Amino acid sequence: MSTSTTTPESPASEERTVRAETPRRRLRPGRVLLHLFLIGTALAWFFPVLWAVINSFRDYDHTAVHGYLSLGGFTLDNYTRAWEQGELPQYFLNSLIITVPAVLITLFLASCAAFVLSHHSRRFNLVMLAVFLAANLLPPQALLVPLFRMYTSIPLPYWISSSGSLYDSHLGIVLIHVAFQLGFCTFVLSNFMKAMPPSLLEAARIDGATVFQQYRRVVLPLCRPSLAALATLLVTWVYNDFFWALALLSSGDKLPVTTALQNLQGAFFLDYNLLSAGSILVALPTLVVFFLLQRHFVAGLTLGASKE
Amino acid sequence: MASHSTSPPPAPPSTTSPDRRPRGARRSGAGGTLRNGRGDRITIALMLGVPALLVLGLVWLPALVTVVLSFTRWDGIGGWDTIEWTGVQNYVDAFTIYPPFQPALSNNLIWLVVLFTVPTVLGMFLAVLLDREMRGGAVYQSIFYMPVVLSLALIGFIWQLIYSRDQGLLNSFLAFAADAPPVDWFGDPDLNLYAVLVAAGWRHTGYIMLLYLAGLKAVDPSLREAAAIDGAGPVRTFTHVVFPALLPINLVVVVVTVIDALRAFDIVWVINRGRNGLELISALVTSNVIGEASRVGFGSALAVIMLLISVVFIVVYVATMLRGARR
Amino acid sequence: MHHHDPGPPALRRRTLLRGLAGAGVLGVLPALGGCGTDPRNDPLRITMASNRAQELEAAGMAAVLESFRTGSDYTVELNTVERNAFQESINNYLQGTPDDVVAWFGGYRMRFFAERGLISDLSHLWEGPLKGSFSDGLERLCTGDDGKQYLVPDFSYPWAFFYRKSVFEEHGYEVPHTRAELLDLCERMREDGLDPIGYGNREGWPVMGTFDYLNLRVNGPEFHDQLLRGEASWESAEVREVFSAWAELLPFHQPDPLGRSFDEARLSLVQKECGMLLAGLFVSQSFPEGEEREDLDFFPFPEYDPAVGTSAVEAPTDGFMLSADPRNPEGADDLLTHLGSLESQELYADQDPQALPAHVDTDTDRFSDLDRKALELIDGADTITQFLDRDTRPDFAAVVAIPAFQRFLRRPDDIRELTSDLERQKRSIFG
Repeated sequence: MSTSTTTPESPASEERTVRAETPRRRLRPGRVLLHLFLIGTALAWFFPVLWAVINSFRDYDHTAVHGYLSLGGFTLDNYTRAWEQGELPQYFLNSLIITVPAVLITLFLASCAAFVLSHHSRRFNLVMLAVFLAANLLPPQALLVPLFRMYTSIPLPYWISSSGSLYDSHLGIVLIHVAFQLGFCTFVLSNFMKAMPPSLLEAARIDGATVFQQYRRVVLPLCRPSLAALATLLVTWVYNDFFWALALLSSGDKLPVTTALQNLQGAFFLDYNLLSAGSILVALPTLVVFFLLQRHFVAGLTLGASKE
Repeated sequence: MASHSTSPPPAPPSTTSPDRRPRGARRSGAGGTLRNGRGDRITIALMLGVPALLVLGLVWLPALVTVVLSFTRWDGIGGWDTIEWTGVQNYVDAFTIYPPFQPALSNNLIWLVVLFTVPTVLGMFLAVLLDREMRGGAVYQSIFYMPVVLSLALIGFIWQLIYSRDQGLLNSFLAFAADAPPVDWFGDPDLNLYAVLVAAGWRHTGYIMLLYLAGLKAVDPSLREAAAIDGAGPVRTFTHVVFPALLPINLVVVVVTVIDALRAFDIVWVINRGRNGLELISALVTSNVIGEASRVGFGSALAVIMLLISVVFIVVYVATMLRGARR
Repeated sequence: MHHHDPGPPALRRRTLLRGLAGAGVLGVLPALGGCGTDPRNDPLRITMASNRAQELEAAGMAAVLESFRTGSDYTVELNTVERNAFQESINNYLQGTPDDVVAWFGGYRMRFFAERGLISDLSHLWEGPLKGSFSDGLERLCTGDDGKQYLVPDFSYPWAFFYRKSVFEEHGYEVPHTRAELLDLCERMREDGLDPIGYGNREGWPVMGTFDYLNLRVNGPEFHDQLLRGEASWESAEVREVFSAWAELLPFHQPDPLGRSFDEARLSLVQKECGMLLAGLFVSQSFPEGEEREDLDFFPFPEYDPAVGTSAVEAPTDGFMLSADPRNPEGADDLLTHLGSLESQELYADQDPQALPAHVDTDTDRFSDLDRKALELIDGADTITQFLDRDTRPDFAAVVAIPAFQRFLRRPDDIRELTSDLERQKRSIFG
C-alpha cells in the first residue's frame, strides 16, 4: 500500500522519456491525417465559444439589419453595457462570497473527516465513506422541499444574514455546497491519506503530538497536491452552480453570477450580442482558473477515477 | 488496508525522513502513551462529527423527508399540519394522468443512451489519439476539455446563438449555403432533445477524454511494447491489451455518465423550463416544487422516482469505489 | 506558532494553508453582513421587492421611489428580480423572508395569498388615504374572498392585436371586427408574404393569451371564470369550440412558435416580418421612443359570436401588496399610499410605455395616442379579466395548462384526447 505515493505524473513523464529516445519521425501520411483530424475537431470544438466571442463584439443594430453572417459593426459597447446595466460587479462579488468560503470549508472538513476515517476509526470507516460518497450523487431536486422548510425556520442574526434566516442567505448556499461536495472530497482525500506511510504518524505520535497536531502538521502538508487539485475543481463546480441559488435565494441582489445571467436575459430582451458579452464575462473566471491551473484541474477530475 | 493507524508497534524512527517530521510537535513530548486520550477523542469526534452532521442533516435527512412527503398532498404553504395523507395516489397520478412524465422518463433514457454512444466513444477515441507525444498535443487537449469548466446553464446560452430559429447561426448558414428553410431546433419536440444533446455532449466528451487519458497513462507501457513485438497493429493492441486494462476507468465512466444523465437540468431549464420535448425528471420535479405550482407532494413523488433510479447506480458506484478503497 | 524553525517545506505549506484560510475568513466576514446595529429595526427603513426588472420598468420604479424619498425621511431598499423568476418563486418567497412591500398583480393569485395569510389586509388604506382613487371594478379586483382589499393597483395593460400602422397603410389593410374579417386579413397578409400573426411560445406563458381571448369571444367572461375556477369542464363542448377556433387560426401564425421566445416574436413585429401580434401593451417597450413607437397601433380582439360580443377585455393589473409580517408597517403604509397616488403613477407611466395608471383622476392629456386608446379600451369594457395564469391556480396554470397548450400547437388535431387529459389533471389538482 505504501508504495503508491508516487505522484500521478510519473507514469506520463516516464513514458515521455521513453518516447523521446526514439528518433524523431518523418512526416508520415498517418501523422498528417491525425493532425488534420485533430485540427478539424478542435476547431469545431472551439467554435461555439468563438462564435459567442465574435457576437459579443458586434453592434446589435448592425446584426439585426444585416444578419449574423455579415461583417462589420464591431464594438466594445456590449461589454460596457453588460457590465454596467447588468450590474455584473455585484453578482461577481456574490459568486466570490459564496465560492471562496464554500471551497475552503469543504476542504477543511473533508480533510478532517478523511483523516479520521483513514487513521482513527475502523468501525465506521466504510459505512461513513459510503454515506459521504453517496450523498454527493443524490439528485439535488430530491432534497429541495424539506431543505427549504428547514432553511426558512432556522433564524440567523442580521450580521450573518440580512434575511434573518438561512433561506435567502449566502451562508445557506455555502452550507449546502459544503454538504454536497464533502462526499467526493472526503473520499478522494481518505484514499490519499491511506496511502501515506503509517510511520510518519507513528513518529509524530511518539513525539506526543495530539490528534489535531498530527492532522495539521503531518497529514495536511502532505495532502497539498490533492487539496490544490480538489480546490480547482470545487471552484468551478461551486461557481457554476445554477440550481441551489435558484432555489434558495430570493433577493435579486444576492444571486451569484451564473444564476443572475438568466435574469439578465429577461431584463435585456433578446439582444443576443449583449447576452453573448454577458456569457463571456461570466465564463471568464472559470476559463482563467482553467488555463492557469490546468494541471491541477486535470489531476482533480481524474483523482476520483484513478485508484492508485 | 486501514489497519496501519492502529498497529501497536511504533515504526522505528529511522524510516521517517527527518525533515518531514513536525518539530514543533516534540514540545508537548509526553510520549506515545497519551494517544487517544480524552482530548483526542473529542477532537476525533469533532473532526468526523461536524462533516457527518452536515451531510446527514442537509442531504440525507431532507432526502428521507422527501420520501415521506411523496405520500401526501400539500401545497407547501402553512404548517406541517396542513398536510393531507394520500397514500400512493401521487405515484398513480404520475404514471397515469401526468402527460409529461412518460416523455421525461424516455428523454432521460435517450439522454443516457446518447451520452453513452457519442461523447463516450468520441472521448475515448480522442484520448487514444492524444495519448502520445505529439506537437500541439497539450493545445488539443485544452480545447477539448475547455467546455468542461463552463456551466451547463451558460452552455445553454452559448448554443442558443447557434440554434435560435430566427437569428441563430445554423439556420442562417443553412439558408445561405443550401437555401434550406429554417429548422426549429429548440421548438420541434422531435428535434430539440438532440440539439440540446449536441451541446451537452460537447461538454461531456472532454470530461470522458480526460478520464480515459488518465487511465491510458496508467497502462503499463511494457504491455504495449510486448504487443507491438508480437506484431499486433494499433487496433488490435487497443482492443486486446489497452481496453481490458481500462476496466476500472470504464466503470467510472459508466457511473459518471448515468449520474450526469439523471441530473441534467440547467441546460433544459434555461432553454424552455423543460417542456415541449425537453421534459426531464429533474425539470418536472423543479417546476412542481419550486415553480409557481407548489405541488409539493406530487413533486416529491417524482423526486423519489428519480431518487430510486439513481440509488441503483449509486450503490454500484459506491460499492466499486469502496472495494478499491478497502484493498 | 513555531516559526522559529524556518526552511522545511512542511512549514511553508502550513503557512500557505493558514494564509489561505485567513484570507478566506477575512473575505467572508464583511461579506456576510456588516457588523453593527441591525438596520431592520430602523424605523425609517422600508424594504420592497419588485419584479419590474426591464430597463424602462426599472427606470419607472426609480423615479417613483425618488419622489417618495424627497417627500419623506424614509429610505427604501429595493430588491428587483426578473419578472418570470419572480413569479416562479413567489410562493417560496412570501413564506420565506419577504420584504415589506411586494410588487404583484390582481386576480386569483392575490386572493389565494390573502386566503393563506401570506399578505396583509390593506382595507385601512382603501378606506383612508386612497379612498375614491380607483374604480369599482379595480376595487373588486383587489378584494379578497373575505371582502377586504389586499392590493394597491398602480397600472393596467390591455392585451390586443398590435400592428404597425405603416404596414397596414402600405398594403391597404383594414382593422378586422369579426372572425371572418380576421381570417380574410390573415389570408391577405399571407399572400403579401407576411407571417400574419407573430407567435413566440418557448417560455410557455404567452400561449395562454390566445386561449383566453378565444374563450372570451366564443364563450364569454362568465365561462372563462367558471373554467378557471375549476367549475366548468375542460371536456365541455364550449372548450372544444375554443380549440377548434384556435386550430382555424393556427395556420396563420408564425411557424414553429415553440422554438421562438416571445421577445423574438416581438422583434418580428418590429422588423415588419409579421403583420400583427397578440400581446399586452408592454410590446411598446420594444419600440424605440419616437417615430417607431408612434407607428405602433392595436385593435381589440375581433368578435366571434354577436351574442357574446367584444366587451370583455383582458387587461392584467399590477400593483403592490403588503407582506404578512412587515418589519415597518407604518413606513410600508406610507409607501403604499404614495404608490397609489396619482403623482407616483404618472411618474411611473412617463418612464414605462406599457403602464396605464390605475388612478381614476389620471390625466389622459399626458398620454400618447396609443395609451389613450388603450385606456379607452379598458374603460369601455364590461368585464376585465386578468390572464389565465392570474385567474387560476398556479399549479394548474404552470404544470398542466402550459404543457397542454404547447401540445396543442404541435398536434392541433387531437382535441378530444387533449381536453380529457386536461380535465383529468384538473380534477386531481382542484381536488
